[in-house]
Amino acid sequence: MSAWFGDIYRTLFKIELAVMFQYRAAVVIWLIGLVLQPVIYLVVWLTVAETEGGRVGDFDAGSLSAYFLIMMVVNHATFSWHMWEMGYRVRSGSFNSLLVQPLHPFHRDIIQNMAYKVLSLAIVLPVTALLWWFFEPTLTPEPWMWIALGPAVALAFLVRFFFEWSLALLAFWITDTSGLNNLYMALFFFLAGRMAPISLLPSWGQAIANALPFRLMLAFPVELLMGRLTPEQVMDGFLTQILWIGLGWLTVHLVWTRASARYSAVGA
Amino acid sequence: MTTIRCDNLTKTYTVPVRDPGLLNAAKSLFHRRTRDVEAVKDVCFELAEGEIVGFLGPNGAGKTTTLKMLSGLLQPTDGQVEVLGFKPFRRQRDFLRQITLVMGNRNQLVWDIPVADSFERNRAIYGLERPAFTETVDMLVELLDLAELLDKPVRNLSLGERMKCEVAVALLHRPRILFLDEPTLGLDVTMQRRIRTFVAEYNRTSGATVLLTSHYMADVEALCERVLVIHHGQLLFDGQLDELVQRFSPHKTIVVDLETEEADLSDYAEVVHTEGNRVTLTVPKELTAATTGRLLADLPVIDLTVEDPPIEEVIERVFTQQLQHDPDSTSDDSATP
Repeated sequence: MSAWFGDIYRTLFKIELAVMFQYRAAVVIWLIGLVLQPVIYLVVWLTVAETEGGRVGDFDAGSLSAYFLIMMVVNHATFSWHMWEMGYRVRSGSFNSLLVQPLHPFHRDIIQNMAYKVLSLAIVLPVTALLWWFFEPTLTPEPWMWIALGPAVALAFLVRFFFEWSLALLAFWITDTSGLNNLYMALFFFLAGRMAPISLLPSWGQAIANALPFRLMLAFPVELLMGRLTPEQVMDGFLTQILWIGLGWLTVHLVWTRASARYSAVGA
Repeated sequence: MTTIRCDNLTKTYTVPVRDPGLLNAAKSLFHRRTRDVEAVKDVCFELAEGEIVGFLGPNGAGKTTTLKMLSGLLQPTDGQVEVLGFKPFRRQRDFLRQITLVMGNRNQLVWDIPVADSFERNRAIYGLERPAFTETVDMLVELLDLAELLDKPVRNLSLGERMKCEVAVALLHRPRILFLDEPTLGLDVTMQRRIRTFVAEYNRTSGATVLLTSHYMADVEALCERVLVIHHGQLLFDGQLDELVQRFSPHKTIVVDLETEEADLSDYAEVVHTEGNRVTLTVPKELTAATTGRLLADLPVIDLTVEDPPIEEVIERVFTQQLQHDPDSTSDDSATP
């Protein structure tokens, strides 16, 4: 069983990578968007800091630069697009060919996501290096933080993937999910720390961000590498991430059974 | 051995109803109306292992909906369905590994990469051992003449080439059950024949059960001894193709070539068509011998043939008779996904 899954992941990964190579221009355009957004936020916050005498909350220009540049890479590693695609699959009937094969569509989506990340990291990392040189961020992490970063990002990816895949399944009930997706993205921008570091939010905003999984999808690995978390807080973060992943798995499992029962398999 | 069993299989879709116009669109925001459409109603049939059965019916009759329930894509609203001992809708891996569904316009091929890569993808998904996979690919390449196509990206293939590859990729795991929904749709005559020959050969060598829908009667005549006829979601006929012709066509067609042109044969039988010195007549089956005898005795006949009517005509007659029995029912293609 595990050998079969290993073969599937290896083979499909290579094939998805080959498909991505066919869409080089599209990949680059997507990446420009992914890079531009955090750079714009960074420039805005640097301007705010400058007018406030060099600091915003507990961030100065160097740490703001570090935050947004690390966040850019972490966001790239953890984002997924399947909630935007699911509605189309349901409406057009393109799910049909996936459902008659003995592989849960979840696996195919996760492999496709990983293939995209590997290919695009080859561009994201040099671009980050260039921006690093330009904005001169301040970052002095301890070695254990670098070690903890890998699992933190991997778990953040899984929390986000399970959460967004569960949300995507609402496409089986709601014909057009784009409004719902936009609402989710608006919450994510504020509560995951994408628009601003969570410590800059009002205290009630911070409380909401800490109670929901958003922070663990993005801000947590960034705060970890910036040395803003104690080892105890990091361990606590890992455990909460694992808890959310378990909950996400359960949700996908339960919702999938009901969602696919509603599927009307439109199209020939 | 029975491989497919349907017992009162029913699928009802709930579809929104809205009158045209902006005002009605606004009203529908507050008062949503729906109606139930019975796409498949109380369908019962069984298929034995190794059978090739044609599934016939006009657009919107319920053929594709039935195939989707049999392959596990749709959950039946009512009734029982069993394929190879599995409840299809549960979509267990062991079930999905033994069936395939080929739909004319939907594909398992990956659009942007060579065909061989799609084969490799299905090898992994179905967990096929490399030697068995290679052997199957070799067989499919030979039978479907795919050697030149394997390294071409799918998007560069013609429709016929793509369909051959679709059929091949769907059979890599050597399924025991084939659900073929319009597999020759849009193909030229040569390509249709090739697909047809291949399906017959696959059935012969593997003993697979095949349930086939097609609008091309040539497919059905060439492959299927038995047919199921469905209309408005209800099964109208289940039996041998010959029996269908016998039951629903009480007429024979007589084609006469005469030495002279413009002969009036309406005294002998109903004239269907006249072209030059060739006249096509239709006669009640029981009068065929007598009419033929009179024609040969009275007229300067060069050639005379007696034929069953084309199968298309027979099928049309089945639907017409059903409509006469059930004049209130109307087809609702749009409501049937």
